[in-house]
Amino acid sequence: MHEIHYEAPTSLEQAVGILAKHGDSARPICGGTDLLIQMRAGVRRPHYVVDVKHIAALTGIAFDPKSGLRLGAAAPCIEIFENATLRRHYPGLVEAAHLIGSLQIQSRASVGGNLCNGSPAADTTPALIALGAVARLVGPKGERQVKVEEFVVSPGRTVIQPGELLVELLIPPPPPHSADAYIRFIPRNEMDIAVVGIGAAITLEGDRCTAARIGMGAVAPTPLFAAKASQALVGKKFDAVAIENAAQLAIEQASPIDDMRGTAEFRRHLVGVLTRRTLERAAERARRN
Amino acid sequence: MKNIQVRVNGHPVAREIPDHRLLVDFLRYDLGLTGTKEGCSVGVCGACTVLLNGQPVSSCLALAVMADGGEVTTIEGLAEGDRLHPLQQAFIDYGGFQCGVCTPGQIMASKALLDANPHPTPAQIKEWMMGNLCRCTGYYKIIEAIQAAAAEKTEP
Repeated sequence: MHEIHYEAPTSLEQAVGILAKHGDSARPICGGTDLLIQMRAGVRRPHYVVDVKHIAALTGIAFDPKSGLRLGAAAPCIEIFENATLRRHYPGLVEAAHLIGSLQIQSRASVGGNLCNGSPAADTTPALIALGAVARLVGPKGERQVKVEEFVVSPGRTVIQPGELLVELLIPPPPPHSADAYIRFIPRNEMDIAVVGIGAAITLEGDRCTAARIGMGAVAPTPLFAAKASQALVGKKFDAVAIENAAQLAIEQASPIDDMRGTAEFRRHLVGVLTRRTLERAAERARRN
Repeated sequence: MKNIQVRVNGHPVAREIPDHRLLVDFLRYDLGLTGTKEGCSVGVCGACTVLLNGQPVSSCLALAVMADGGEVTTIEGLAEGDRLHPLQQAFIDYGGFQCGVCTPGQIMASKALLDANPHPTPAQIKEWMMGNLCRCTGYYKIIEAIQAAAAEKTEP
């Protein structure tokens, strides 16, 4: 691996200062479970590596029933799925965090890092999109907020500008009678990259759907918000017809490629199957809330 | 270069290392603790598992500087003098390894498991250990060894 300068700032101001000073040659590191692989392969070659795990603003997990969840960008996955409050209110996000690699990876990797890595197949990103999560970035010119579905711009690239740092993810509180879910397909039982991953969050009033959001992973160059499929569910009776209609609209929006994990045709088929299953799982949970 | 101070297997260690030194290389080449093996180098096989501040981590995907001020436990830190750790003994007694390359990682991951959950079910063992690959045993003997260590059974 190439030589680097490692910095471990303890405040946001220091971190942004270092990142702003070194621009494109600096990159934040959290668990390093993606970045160190890329550095070892020579795919990314930052000269300055800024460890963000020692900044309190990035490591907190705070839930408030009125304002929702503030999820620090560097909070490790293990703290997410061991958190009873998150398991209760955001089971889909917890499912996604629990699917990333082994325990050895989950004890280091973060949801924020999963997003910043910019992979179209990131497991937690469709779950965040389904929840309507917003990313809060801080940089030398101040702060801004970006919807998660607009965060990744192309494979491996995000909206983050030189000097900017993802601080936290802001996730709305779950409305009454709502729930989320995340399901991915892989050809093995564990430890693989999603062939397709679907996240969904829905709200039910009796047998009617009053809100729905579907996020899709590994079906396009970036993770997608399935806007038409989501909108088609709202205001309708939540039944097999509505679910099938949403699944077809999700398939129409997907633009997958053929690769070693599956053909485009197989991926489109999976979008339908997983959209149905994820909506049904979210609905089953929502009926209990 | 950075000066780091780490407690390794209970002993304080101070070294000056390059910033890009991986934890696995620091352990093997700077400290001579070659029990930790590097397998896949991408965090999938679990052979390089060590405990960093009590948590199982892939030492091929951690920088040594990240361990500064912390505590690292490797396979060399488990035995007490000539007495093997119960997990080490159980892996021998129950045939939990053949070629042995994955074994330090298997034992460190199972140590973390028993620290967190002293009496795991077979299903809990399988779930916890999914990040440790073994091409020899077929896994059943590993699960038996961990169960035996948890039950403090010494004979098969």
